[in-house]
Amino acid sequence: MPTDYAFNYTAVIVAAGFGFGGIGFTFILSRLLAPKRPSLMQTIAYECGIIPEGQGNTKYNIRYYLFALFFLIFAVEAVFMFPWVVVFLALPSSAFISMMIFLAILIFGLAYAWRKGVLQWR
Amino acid sequence: MNISDYISIFAIVFVMFNGILGSVLVVIYGERKVLARLQQRIGPSRTGPWGILQTLADAVKLVLKEDIRPQNSDRIIFYLAPLIIFTPIFMLWVVLPFGSGLVLGDIDLGLFYVSALLGLSVVGMVAAGWSSNSKYAMLGSARSAAQLISYELPLILSILSVGLFAQLFTDNPFNLSSIVNAQAGLPFIFVMPLAFVLFLIGGLAETARIPFDIPHADEEIVGGAFVEYSGIRWGAFQLSEYTGLITMAFLASILFLGGWSGPFSDKFVWLQPFYISSKTAFIILLAFWIRAPLPRLRIDQLMAFAWKAIIPISFANFILVSLVVFIGDRISLPIFQIQLILGLLNLISMIALAYLLTSRRKRRLAVYRERWGEK
Repeated sequence: MPTDYAFNYTAVIVAAGFGFGGIGFTFILSRLLAPKRPSLMQTIAYECGIIPEGQGNTKYNIRYYLFALFFLIFAVEAVFMFPWVVVFLALPSSAFISMMIFLAILIFGLAYAWRKGVLQWR
Repeated sequence: MNISDYISIFAIVFVMFNGILGSVLVVIYGERKVLARLQQRIGPSRTGPWGILQTLADAVKLVLKEDIRPQNSDRIIFYLAPLIIFTPIFMLWVVLPFGSGLVLGDIDLGLFYVSALLGLSVVGMVAAGWSSNSKYAMLGSARSAAQLISYELPLILSILSVGLFAQLFTDNPFNLSSIVNAQAGLPFIFVMPLAFVLFLIGGLAETARIPFDIPHADEEIVGGAFVEYSGIRWGAFQLSEYTGLITMAFLASILFLGGWSGPFSDKFVWLQPFYISSKTAFIILLAFWIRAPLPRLRIDQLMAFAWKAIIPISFANFILVSLVVFIGDRISLPIFQIQLILGLLNLISMIALAYLLTSRRKRRLAVYRERWGEK
Protein backbone atom coordinates (compact mmCIF):
# COMPACT_ATOMS: atom_id res chain seq x y z
CA MET A 1 0.00 0.00 0.00
CA PRO A 2 1.59 3.30 -1.03
CA THR A 3 1.74 5.79 1.81
CA ASP A 4 -0.84 8.50 1.38
CA TYR A 5 0.99 11.68 2.36
CA ALA A 6 -2.04 13.95 2.12
CA PHE A 7 -4.08 11.69 4.39
CA ASN A 8 -1.30 11.27 6.99
CA TYR A 9 -0.41 14.90 7.31
CA THR A 10 -4.04 16.01 7.31
CA ALA A 11 -4.40 13.70 10.30
CA VAL A 12 -1.43 15.41 11.95
CA ILE A 13 -2.96 18.86 11.42
CA VAL A 14 -6.37 17.70 12.66
CA ALA A 15 -4.73 16.25 15.77
CA ALA A 16 -2.99 19.57 16.42
CA GLY A 17 -6.33 21.31 16.05
CA PHE A 18 -7.99 18.90 18.47
CA GLY A 19 -5.15 19.33 20.97
CA PHE A 20 -5.64 23.09 20.95
CA GLY A 21 -9.39 23.05 20.52
CA GLY A 22 -10.25 20.32 23.01
CA ILE A 23 -8.23 21.80 25.86
CA GLY A 24 -9.33 25.31 24.84
CA PHE A 25 -12.94 24.11 25.10
CA THR A 26 -12.43 23.09 28.72
CA PHE A 27 -10.89 26.52 29.39
CA ILE A 28 -13.97 28.20 27.92
CA LEU A 29 -16.20 25.89 29.96
CA SER A 30 -14.28 26.84 33.09
CA ARG A 31 -14.61 30.54 32.25
CA LEU A 32 -18.38 30.13 31.93
CA LEU A 33 -18.83 28.06 35.09
CA ALA A 34 -16.17 29.25 37.51
CA PRO A 35 -16.59 32.27 39.79
CA LYS A 36 -14.50 35.36 39.01
CA ARG A 37 -13.83 37.66 41.96
CA PRO A 38 -10.30 38.99 41.51
CA SER A 39 -8.68 40.73 44.45
CA LEU A 40 -5.23 42.19 44.95
CA MET A 41 -3.93 39.59 47.37
CA GLN A 42 -5.01 36.81 45.04
CA THR A 43 -2.90 37.98 42.14
CA ILE A 44 0.37 38.38 44.05
CA ALA A 45 2.94 35.77 43.06
CA TYR A 46 3.06 32.81 45.45
CA GLU A 47 6.09 32.67 47.70
CA CYS A 48 4.78 30.69 50.64
CA GLY A 49 2.85 33.63 52.05
CA ILE A 50 5.58 36.27 52.06
CA ILE A 51 5.10 39.35 49.85
CA PRO A 52 7.63 38.92 47.00
CA GLU A 53 10.54 41.32 46.60
CA GLY A 54 11.73 42.66 43.25
CA GLN A 55 11.27 41.18 39.81
CA GLY A 56 9.73 37.79 39.28
CA ASN A 57 12.07 36.87 36.44
CA THR A 58 15.17 36.56 38.56
CA LYS A 59 18.70 35.67 37.56
CA TYR A 60 19.63 32.03 37.70
CA ASN A 61 22.75 29.93 37.52
CA ILE A 62 24.92 30.38 34.42
CA ARG A 63 25.44 26.59 34.33
CA TYR A 64 22.04 26.15 32.69
CA TYR A 65 23.32 28.03 29.64
CA LEU A 66 26.45 25.88 29.44
CA PHE A 67 24.40 22.70 29.43
CA ALA A 68 22.06 24.20 26.86
CA LEU A 69 25.07 24.92 24.61
CA PHE A 70 26.24 21.34 25.03
CA PHE A 71 22.82 20.05 24.19
CA LEU A 72 22.81 22.17 21.05
CA ILE A 73 26.01 20.48 19.85
CA PHE A 74 24.69 17.00 20.49
CA ALA A 75 21.26 17.72 19.06
CA VAL A 76 22.76 18.97 15.81
CA GLU A 77 24.86 15.81 15.74
CA ALA A 78 21.70 13.71 16.22
CA VAL A 79 20.20 15.51 13.24
CA PHE A 80 23.16 14.31 11.18
CA MET A 81 22.74 10.79 12.49
CA PHE A 82 19.06 10.35 11.55
CA PRO A 83 19.54 10.17 7.76
CA TRP A 84 22.61 7.96 8.22
CA VAL A 85 20.65 5.48 10.34
CA VAL A 86 17.92 5.13 7.70
CA VAL A 87 20.23 4.01 4.90
CA PHE A 88 23.57 2.97 6.39
CA LEU A 89 23.41 -0.68 5.29
CA ALA A 90 22.87 0.33 1.66
CA LEU A 91 25.82 2.75 1.69
CA PRO A 92 29.46 1.74 1.03
CA SER A 93 31.67 0.96 4.03
CA SER A 94 33.33 4.39 3.89
CA ALA A 95 30.07 5.96 5.10
CA PHE A 96 30.14 3.76 8.20
CA ILE A 97 33.78 4.58 8.92
CA SER A 98 33.26 8.30 8.50
CA MET A 99 30.28 8.24 10.87
CA MET A 100 32.42 6.42 13.43
CA ILE A 101 35.11 9.12 13.08
CA PHE A 102 32.43 11.79 13.50
CA LEU A 103 31.20 10.12 16.69
CA ALA A 104 34.77 9.74 17.96
CA ILE A 105 35.38 13.49 17.55
CA LEU A 106 32.16 14.23 19.44
CA ILE A 107 32.98 11.86 22.27
CA PHE A 108 36.47 13.35 22.46
CA GLY A 109 34.80 16.76 22.84
CA LEU A 110 32.63 15.45 25.67
CA ALA A 111 35.67 13.91 27.38
CA TYR A 112 37.60 17.18 27.03
CA ALA A 113 34.75 19.16 28.57
CA TRP A 114 34.51 16.63 31.38
CA ARG A 115 38.25 16.89 32.05
CA LYS A 116 38.07 20.68 32.08
CA GLY A 117 35.36 20.49 34.74
CA VAL A 118 32.58 22.01 32.66
CA LEU A 119 30.19 19.24 33.65
CA GLN A 120 30.78 19.92 37.35
CA TRP A 121 27.77 21.65 38.90
CA ARG A 122 29.09 24.24 41.34
CA MET B 1 -8.65 12.75 -0.40
CA ASN B 2 -12.40 13.05 -0.52
CA ILE B 3 -14.98 14.12 2.01
CA SER B 4 -15.31 10.70 3.64
CA ASP B 5 -11.57 10.71 4.38
CA TYR B 6 -11.91 14.01 6.20
CA ILE B 7 -14.91 12.74 8.15
CA SER B 8 -13.09 9.55 9.18
CA ILE B 9 -10.01 11.52 10.27
CA PHE B 10 -12.18 13.79 12.41
CA ALA B 11 -14.04 10.85 13.91
CA ILE B 12 -10.87 8.90 14.74
CA VAL B 13 -9.08 11.90 16.25
CA PHE B 14 -12.19 12.70 18.31
CA VAL B 15 -12.34 9.14 19.64
CA MET B 16 -8.60 9.17 20.34
CA PHE B 17 -8.80 12.48 22.22
CA ASN B 18 -11.58 11.24 24.46
CA GLY B 19 -9.87 7.90 24.89
CA ILE B 20 -6.74 9.65 26.11
CA LEU B 21 -8.72 11.78 28.55
CA GLY B 22 -10.41 8.64 29.88
CA SER B 23 -7.19 6.69 30.19
CA VAL B 24 -5.55 9.59 32.02
CA LEU B 25 -8.38 9.47 34.56
CA VAL B 26 -7.82 5.75 34.97
CA VAL B 27 -4.04 6.13 35.25
CA ILE B 28 -4.29 8.83 37.92
CA TYR B 29 -6.72 6.68 39.92
CA GLY B 30 -4.42 3.69 39.44
CA GLU B 31 -1.40 5.66 40.56
CA ARG B 32 -3.07 6.85 43.74
CA LYS B 33 -4.32 3.38 44.53
CA VAL B 34 -1.06 1.54 43.75
CA LEU B 35 1.04 4.12 45.58
CA ALA B 36 -1.29 3.91 48.57
CA ARG B 37 -0.97 0.15 48.68
CA LEU B 38 2.81 0.39 48.44
CA GLN B 39 2.79 2.79 51.41
CA GLN B 40 0.41 0.69 53.55
CA ARG B 41 -2.57 2.99 52.96
CA ILE B 42 -5.91 2.39 51.30
CA GLY B 43 -6.05 5.34 48.96
CA PRO B 44 -9.20 6.92 47.50
CA SER B 45 -12.18 4.86 48.65
CA ARG B 46 -15.16 7.17 49.21
CA THR B 47 -16.24 8.47 45.79
CA GLY B 48 -18.10 5.73 44.00
CA PRO B 49 -17.36 2.02 44.42
CA TRP B 50 -13.71 1.59 45.52
CA GLY B 51 -13.24 5.29 44.87
CA ILE B 52 -13.11 4.94 41.10
CA LEU B 53 -14.90 8.24 40.55
CA GLN B 54 -12.30 10.19 42.55
CA THR B 55 -10.36 11.60 39.59
CA LEU B 56 -13.57 12.49 37.76
CA ALA B 57 -14.71 14.42 40.83
CA ASP B 58 -11.31 16.15 40.95
CA ALA B 59 -11.59 17.13 37.29
CA VAL B 60 -15.09 18.60 37.80
CA LYS B 61 -13.80 20.52 40.81
CA LEU B 62 -10.92 21.90 38.73
CA VAL B 63 -13.33 23.16 36.06
CA LEU B 64 -15.41 24.91 38.70
CA LYS B 65 -12.40 26.54 40.39
CA GLU B 66 -11.55 30.21 39.94
CA ASP B 67 -8.88 30.89 37.34
CA ILE B 68 -6.22 33.29 38.63
CA ARG B 69 -3.63 35.15 36.59
CA PRO B 70 -0.87 36.75 38.68
CA GLN B 71 -0.16 40.44 38.24
CA ASN B 72 2.53 41.54 35.75
CA SER B 73 2.40 38.17 34.05
CA ASP B 74 2.57 37.95 30.29
CA ARG B 75 -1.08 37.38 29.44
CA ILE B 76 -0.94 35.69 26.03
CA ILE B 77 1.97 33.37 26.80
CA PHE B 78 0.52 32.55 30.21
CA TYR B 79 -2.73 31.42 28.61
CA LEU B 80 -1.05 29.59 25.73
CA ALA B 81 1.54 27.60 27.73
CA PRO B 82 -0.71 24.66 28.81
CA LEU B 83 -1.88 24.27 25.22
CA ILE B 84 1.72 24.32 23.92
CA ILE B 85 2.64 21.54 26.33
CA PHE B 86 -0.34 19.31 25.64
CA THR B 87 -0.66 19.56 21.85
CA PRO B 88 2.69 17.96 20.76
CA ILE B 89 2.13 14.99 23.05
CA PHE B 90 -1.34 14.50 21.64
CA MET B 91 -0.04 14.85 18.08
CA LEU B 92 2.25 11.86 18.74
CA TRP B 93 -0.76 9.56 18.90
CA VAL B 94 -1.40 9.99 15.19
CA VAL B 95 1.50 7.70 14.30
CA LEU B 96 1.25 5.15 17.12
CA PRO B 97 -0.09 1.79 15.87
CA PHE B 98 -2.59 -0.17 17.98
CA GLY B 99 -2.53 -3.22 15.72
CA SER B 100 -1.38 -4.22 12.26
CA GLY B 101 -2.96 -1.60 10.01
CA LEU B 102 -4.75 -0.07 13.00
CA VAL B 103 -3.01 3.29 12.80
CA LEU B 104 -4.28 6.71 11.73
CA GLY B 105 -1.24 8.12 9.93
CA ASP B 106 1.33 5.50 8.97
CA ILE B 107 4.16 7.99 8.42
CA ASP B 108 7.39 6.59 6.97
CA LEU B 109 9.57 8.72 9.23
CA GLY B 110 7.62 7.78 12.36
CA LEU B 111 10.64 7.69 14.67
CA PHE B 112 11.82 11.08 13.42
CA TYR B 113 8.35 12.55 13.97
CA VAL B 114 8.26 11.07 17.48
CA SER B 115 11.64 12.43 18.52
CA ALA B 116 10.85 15.84 17.02
CA LEU B 117 7.61 16.17 18.97
CA LEU B 118 9.12 14.85 22.20
CA GLY B 119 11.55 17.75 22.11
CA LEU B 120 8.79 20.35 21.95
CA SER B 121 7.49 20.04 25.51
CA VAL B 122 10.44 22.06 26.84
CA VAL B 123 9.09 25.11 24.98
CA GLY B 124 5.83 24.98 26.89
CA MET B 125 7.57 24.53 30.25
CA VAL B 126 9.85 27.52 29.67
CA ALA B 127 6.92 29.60 28.42
CA ALA B 128 4.91 28.75 31.53
CA GLY B 129 7.76 29.58 33.89
CA TRP B 130 8.79 32.77 32.16
CA SER B 131 5.33 34.24 31.73
CA SER B 132 4.23 33.67 35.33
CA ASN B 133 6.49 36.42 36.71
CA SER B 134 7.26 34.35 39.81
CA LYS B 135 10.60 33.22 41.20
CA TYR B 136 9.58 29.66 41.92
CA ALA B 137 8.12 29.28 38.46
CA MET B 138 11.28 30.71 36.91
CA LEU B 139 13.52 28.31 38.84
CA GLY B 140 11.25 25.41 38.02
CA SER B 141 11.26 26.17 34.32
CA ALA B 142 15.08 26.55 34.26
CA ARG B 143 15.47 23.18 35.97
CA SER B 144 12.87 21.66 33.74
CA ALA B 145 14.63 22.91 30.60
CA ALA B 146 17.99 21.61 31.82
CA GLN B 147 16.57 18.20 32.66
CA LEU B 148 14.51 17.80 29.51
CA ILE B 149 17.36 18.68 27.17
CA SER B 150 19.86 16.52 29.05
CA TYR B 151 17.73 13.40 29.05
CA GLU B 152 16.56 13.85 25.49
CA LEU B 153 19.91 12.65 24.14
CA PRO B 154 19.80 9.13 25.66
CA LEU B 155 16.20 8.91 24.51
CA ILE B 156 17.10 9.86 20.93
CA LEU B 157 20.13 7.58 20.90
CA SER B 158 18.19 4.55 22.10
CA ILE B 159 15.43 5.29 19.57
CA LEU B 160 18.13 5.50 16.90
CA SER B 161 19.63 2.17 17.93
CA VAL B 162 16.20 0.60 17.46
CA GLY B 163 16.16 2.13 13.99
CA LEU B 164 19.64 0.71 13.35
CA PHE B 165 18.64 -2.79 14.29
CA ALA B 166 15.36 -2.65 12.37
CA GLN B 167 17.47 -2.04 9.22
CA LEU B 168 18.19 -5.77 9.17
CA PHE B 169 14.53 -6.67 8.71
CA THR B 170 13.06 -3.92 6.59
CA ASP B 171 14.12 -1.09 4.28
CA ASN B 172 11.70 1.22 6.07
CA PRO B 173 13.29 1.19 9.53
CA PHE B 174 11.72 4.38 10.90
CA ASN B 175 8.14 3.28 10.35
CA LEU B 176 6.65 2.17 13.66
CA SER B 177 4.55 -0.58 12.08
CA SER B 178 7.58 -2.13 10.37
CA ILE B 179 9.51 -1.91 13.66
CA VAL B 180 6.77 -3.95 15.33
CA ASN B 181 6.74 -6.41 12.43
CA ALA B 182 10.51 -6.81 12.82
CA GLN B 183 9.92 -7.97 16.40
CA ALA B 184 7.53 -10.77 15.48
CA GLY B 185 10.23 -13.34 16.20
CA LEU B 186 12.05 -11.82 19.15
CA PRO B 187 11.18 -8.52 20.89
CA PHE B 188 14.02 -6.02 20.91
CA ILE B 189 14.21 -6.03 24.71
CA PHE B 190 16.00 -9.39 24.54
CA VAL B 191 18.33 -8.14 21.82
CA MET B 192 19.27 -4.82 23.41
CA PRO B 193 18.24 -4.61 27.07
CA LEU B 194 20.70 -1.74 27.60
CA ALA B 195 18.86 0.46 25.11
CA PHE B 196 15.58 -0.42 26.84
CA VAL B 197 16.92 0.64 30.22
CA LEU B 198 18.25 3.88 28.71
CA PHE B 199 14.88 4.53 27.09
CA LEU B 200 13.10 3.90 30.37
CA ILE B 201 15.38 6.29 32.27
CA GLY B 202 15.06 8.92 29.56
CA GLY B 203 11.30 8.49 29.50
CA LEU B 204 10.98 8.84 33.28
CA ALA B 205 13.08 12.00 33.12
CA GLU B 206 11.15 13.45 30.17
CA THR B 207 7.87 13.02 32.01
CA ALA B 208 9.52 14.42 35.19
CA ARG B 209 8.62 11.53 37.44
CA ILE B 210 10.34 10.54 40.68
CA PRO B 211 13.39 10.12 40.93
CA PHE B 212 13.73 12.81 38.26
CA ASP B 213 11.13 15.29 39.51
CA ILE B 214 13.40 18.10 40.69
CA PRO B 215 11.66 20.53 38.24
CA HIS B 216 8.45 20.09 40.22
CA ALA B 217 9.95 19.46 43.68
CA ASP B 218 6.81 20.10 45.69
CA GLU B 219 8.72 20.64 48.94
CA GLU B 220 10.98 23.44 47.76
CA ILE B 221 9.58 25.19 44.69
CA VAL B 222 5.99 24.00 45.19
CA GLY B 223 5.30 22.66 41.73
CA GLY B 224 7.89 24.42 39.61
CA ALA B 225 6.85 25.96 36.32
CA PHE B 226 3.13 25.81 37.00
CA VAL B 227 3.04 27.13 40.57
CA GLU B 228 1.01 30.18 39.50
CA TYR B 229 -1.61 28.21 37.57
CA SER B 230 -4.89 27.28 39.13
CA GLY B 231 -8.12 25.61 38.17
CA ILE B 232 -8.43 23.95 34.80
CA ARG B 233 -5.13 25.37 33.48
CA TRP B 234 -3.27 23.54 36.23
CA GLY B 235 -5.37 20.53 35.31
CA ALA B 236 -4.14 20.84 31.74
CA PHE B 237 -0.55 20.59 33.00
CA GLN B 238 -1.36 17.46 34.98
CA LEU B 239 -3.21 16.06 31.99
CA SER B 240 -0.24 16.55 29.70
CA GLU B 241 2.11 15.04 32.26
CA TYR B 242 0.08 11.84 32.52
CA THR B 243 -0.51 11.78 28.78
CA GLY B 244 3.26 11.96 28.45
CA LEU B 245 3.64 8.99 30.78
CA ILE B 246 1.13 6.92 28.81
CA THR B 247 2.79 7.94 25.54
CA MET B 248 6.25 6.98 26.79
CA ALA B 249 4.98 3.60 27.98
CA PHE B 250 3.24 3.03 24.66
CA LEU B 251 6.40 3.95 22.76
CA ALA B 252 8.49 1.63 24.93
CA SER B 253 6.10 -1.23 24.28
CA ILE B 254 6.21 -0.53 20.53
CA LEU B 255 9.97 -0.12 20.28
CA PHE B 256 11.14 -2.80 22.70
CA LEU B 257 8.38 -5.11 23.89
CA GLY B 258 7.13 -6.16 20.48
CA GLY B 259 4.08 -3.90 20.22
CA TRP B 260 0.95 -5.77 19.30
CA SER B 261 2.64 -9.11 18.64
CA GLY B 262 2.06 -11.91 21.11
CA PRO B 263 0.71 -15.47 21.19
CA PHE B 264 -1.94 -15.98 18.46
CA SER B 265 -1.90 -12.32 17.50
CA ASP B 266 -1.71 -13.24 13.79
CA LYS B 267 -4.81 -15.41 13.91
CA PHE B 268 -7.02 -13.30 16.13
CA VAL B 269 -6.67 -9.66 15.14
CA TRP B 270 -8.81 -8.45 18.02
CA LEU B 271 -6.09 -9.62 20.44
CA GLN B 272 -3.58 -7.06 19.13
CA PRO B 273 -4.89 -3.88 20.86
CA PHE B 274 -5.29 -5.95 24.01
CA TYR B 275 -1.66 -7.05 23.89
CA ILE B 276 -0.29 -3.58 23.28
CA SER B 277 -2.39 -1.97 26.00
CA SER B 278 -1.44 -4.61 28.54
CA LYS B 279 2.26 -4.06 27.75
CA THR B 280 1.70 -0.31 28.16
CA ALA B 281 -0.08 -0.88 31.46
CA PHE B 282 2.82 -3.01 32.63
CA ILE B 283 5.34 -0.24 31.95
CA ILE B 284 3.10 2.36 33.63
CA LEU B 285 2.92 0.08 36.67
CA LEU B 286 6.73 -0.14 36.58
CA ALA B 287 6.86 3.68 36.70
CA PHE B 288 4.58 3.73 39.77
CA TRP B 289 6.70 1.07 41.40
CA ILE B 290 9.90 3.03 40.75
CA ARG B 291 8.22 6.08 42.21
CA ALA B 292 7.31 4.52 45.55
CA PRO B 293 10.68 3.68 47.17
CA LEU B 294 13.07 6.18 45.57
CA PRO B 295 14.02 9.68 46.79
CA ARG B 296 14.49 12.67 44.53
CA LEU B 297 17.84 13.43 42.88
CA ARG B 298 19.42 16.83 43.55
CA ILE B 299 19.99 19.03 40.49
CA ASP B 300 23.77 18.49 40.50
CA GLN B 301 23.31 14.72 40.86
CA LEU B 302 20.74 14.83 38.10
CA MET B 303 22.97 16.64 35.62
CA ALA B 304 26.01 14.57 36.57
CA PHE B 305 24.01 11.38 36.09
CA ALA B 306 22.89 12.57 32.67
CA TRP B 307 26.19 13.84 31.29
CA LYS B 308 28.71 11.60 33.04
CA ALA B 309 26.84 8.30 33.10
CA ILE B 310 23.83 8.06 30.83
CA ILE B 311 25.07 9.93 27.75
CA PRO B 312 28.44 8.11 27.48
CA ILE B 313 26.66 4.78 28.02
CA SER B 314 24.10 5.56 25.36
CA PHE B 315 26.86 6.55 22.92
CA ALA B 316 28.64 3.29 23.67
CA ASN B 317 25.40 1.39 23.19
CA PHE B 318 24.75 3.14 19.87
CA ILE B 319 28.26 2.36 18.60
CA LEU B 320 28.00 -1.26 19.79
CA VAL B 321 24.69 -1.82 18.01
CA SER B 322 25.85 -0.15 14.81
CA LEU B 323 29.13 -2.14 14.79
CA VAL B 324 27.40 -5.49 15.33
CA VAL B 325 24.69 -4.76 12.77
CA PHE B 326 27.18 -3.46 10.19
CA ILE B 327 29.72 -6.26 10.52
CA GLY B 328 27.00 -8.91 10.74
CA ASP B 329 25.41 -7.59 7.58
CA ARG B 330 28.70 -7.31 5.66
CA ILE B 331 29.80 -10.90 6.40
CA SER B 332 26.12 -11.91 5.89
CA LEU B 333 25.50 -13.70 9.17
CA PRO B 334 21.96 -15.02 9.66
CA ILE B 335 19.79 -12.63 11.66
CA PHE B 336 19.40 -15.07 14.53
CA GLN B 337 23.17 -15.09 15.12
CA ILE B 338 23.35 -11.30 15.01
CA GLN B 339 20.58 -11.17 17.62
CA LEU B 340 22.40 -13.69 19.78
CA ILE B 341 25.74 -11.85 19.59
CA LEU B 342 24.16 -8.47 20.29
CA GLY B 343 22.14 -9.82 23.19
CA LEU B 344 25.18 -11.47 24.77
CA LEU B 345 27.31 -8.33 24.35
CA ASN B 346 24.54 -6.23 25.88
CA LEU B 347 24.24 -8.59 28.82
CA ILE B 348 28.00 -8.53 29.42
CA SER B 349 28.13 -4.74 29.28
CA MET B 350 25.16 -4.42 31.67
CA ILE B 351 26.84 -6.71 34.19
CA ALA B 352 30.08 -4.75 33.85
CA LEU B 353 28.23 -1.46 34.39
CA ALA B 354 26.42 -2.81 37.43
CA TYR B 355 29.75 -4.02 38.84
CA LEU B 356 31.37 -0.61 38.21
CA LEU B 357 28.52 1.26 39.91
CA THR B 358 28.44 -1.02 42.95
CA SER B 359 32.21 -0.96 43.42
CA ARG B 360 32.11 2.85 43.33
CA ARG B 361 29.35 2.79 45.93
CA LYS B 362 31.33 0.41 48.12
CA ARG B 363 34.35 2.72 47.93
CA ARG B 364 32.22 5.68 48.94
CA LEU B 365 30.70 3.74 51.82
CA ALA B 366 34.19 2.83 53.02
CA VAL B 367 35.22 6.49 52.98
CA TYR B 368 32.03 7.43 54.83
CA ARG B 369 32.61 4.79 57.54
CA GLU B 370 36.20 5.92 57.98
CA ARG B 371 35.03 9.47 58.53
CA TRP B 372 31.84 9.03 60.52
CA GLY B 373 32.06 5.54 61.97
CA GLU B 374 29.51 2.73 61.66
CA LYS B 375 25.97 3.90 61.06
